[in-house]
Amino acid sequence: MGDVYIMGVDMIKFGRFPEKTVPQLGAQAAHMALDDAGLTIQDMQALYCGNLGQANAMVGQRILQEIGQTGIGVVNCANACATGATAFREGWMAIKAGVFDCVLAVGVEQMGRGLLGGGGGGPGIPKEGLLGSGTMPAVFAEAGMEHARNHGTTFEQFAKVSVKNHHHSTLNPKAMYQIETPLETVMNAEMISYPNTKLMCSVNVDGAAAAVLVSEKKARELGMHRAVKVRASVLTSDPFSDRDLTMPDVNAVTRIAAKQAYEMAGIGPEDVNLVELHDCFATAEILHYENLGLCKDGEAGRMIDSGEVALGGRVPVNVSGGLLSKGHPLGATGIANIYEVSTHLRGEADKRQVDGARLGMTHVIGLGSACAIHILEKVA
Amino acid sequence: MSENAEVVGPLPVVDWLKGAGSDDPYLEGLKCAACSAVFIGERSTCAKCGARDKLDTVRLGSTGKLYSFSIVYRSFPGIEVPYISAIVDLDGGGTIKGNLINVEPDPANIEFDMPVDVVFADALGRKDRDGNSYISYFFQPAA
Repeated sequence: MGDVYIMGVDMIKFGRFPEKTVPQLGAQAAHMALDDAGLTIQDMQALYCGNLGQANAMVGQRILQEIGQTGIGVVNCANACATGATAFREGWMAIKAGVFDCVLAVGVEQMGRGLLGGGGGGPGIPKEGLLGSGTMPAVFAEAGMEHARNHGTTFEQFAKVSVKNHHHSTLNPKAMYQIETPLETVMNAEMISYPNTKLMCSVNVDGAAAAVLVSEKKARELGMHRAVKVRASVLTSDPFSDRDLTMPDVNAVTRIAAKQAYEMAGIGPEDVNLVELHDCFATAEILHYENLGLCKDGEAGRMIDSGEVALGGRVPVNVSGGLLSKGHPLGATGIANIYEVSTHLRGEADKRQVDGARLGMTHVIGLGSACAIHILEKVA
Repeated sequence: MSENAEVVGPLPVVDWLKGAGSDDPYLEGLKCAACSAVFIGERSTCAKCGARDKLDTVRLGSTGKLYSFSIVYRSFPGIEVPYISAIVDLDGGGTIKGNLINVEPDPANIEFDMPVDVVFADALGRKDRDGNSYISYFFQPAA
């Protein structure tokens, strides 16, 4: 079985585009990825489209109406915040299976503002603020406080994640924000759900990202010099754990995915040069240092204190600015992460380039739960 | 629930709160006879071991320990803040989420594993469209 390669990948600058439609945003990213690959829509044998907000509205077909209705098969998928990565992986599988040589994956989302999540709809009376909170900032605060309980992680350590990622985003022109946020600014921002302040919550933005995936045979035809090899693609759901149905377990779902991904790639965490992981809230990033094996259990606080996960450190995490500052358009995030890592492996990340990057990892979590991990490798 | 227009007494906030109108309200769970996993809410198959039709109703404990929490300062419009969203491991099994009350919402006042009691009271004055009032459960520091 041959390997699968990324020949083209790109994302639009994340922002707020109320004047555009979801298919228009997706089409824009699709065109950019096709141009990056030097291919056209006529070369694509299938489209895998990830979108959450209009999951029942044939977004993939509507993107083809914008860029060329060639009659190819379209799969529309929704998998919470793992949506884009799931679409990408479906394309990867089709090529891996030998069904196609060349496919397009698009992730796109248009977001409203404000809190996501909610406290149990259904009959009777609203449960939010009565039976605790179902808002996303609170849910991920509770996951962070579990880490604090087990390892003594502090509010300041969680806040440092935001300082780091906002700093990284000042080097990324495609991020929603390019603003430095010193520690005191992060810690003194409006408290949303302790310990997550407003600057420790991801930004709701509109965005789109796309990738062209090809077989080894096709990659050789097209030329390998900017190709990125997909060394591992893994998707998991949350295994049963005792509190899972009350308190979503974002740890176990990531740990089993990471283990499978390292095995598939035949590498260990020490071989990874950069990581784009799911920092939907500052509290979440801390958990995933350990879940992805970047450090031992209980060492995540030290990782953020020591600067190992900052640009220039041992294993830079979220050099793009992460969901906290680049922004988090749910369905686009999984492919935008793949764009970021691919850009470093190609040596094209300009001011934020991770020197000598050969292997990179992307990680997303969809609450409910889904985890997708990809390990990518520089070819040329 | 609103189909019975005769009901005027307090209704349970969730269907696994039993005895809402009585002087002995309690929470009910399901326990798997095959693997002992405890669940809240209706189901027929165990999510832990996959056993079918082995779930027996159990009366859940009225005491427990605080496992994790967040203090919520921003919620949806109309929801009064701040409040403590608490995750409690009940003594005897089962984990539930609810508001921790009778504690000032400051992290300095909240300790992991602090013992709590499950108490029952009116659901913060919230009523449904038919005007029915509800009984909810809350956590408070153990007496």
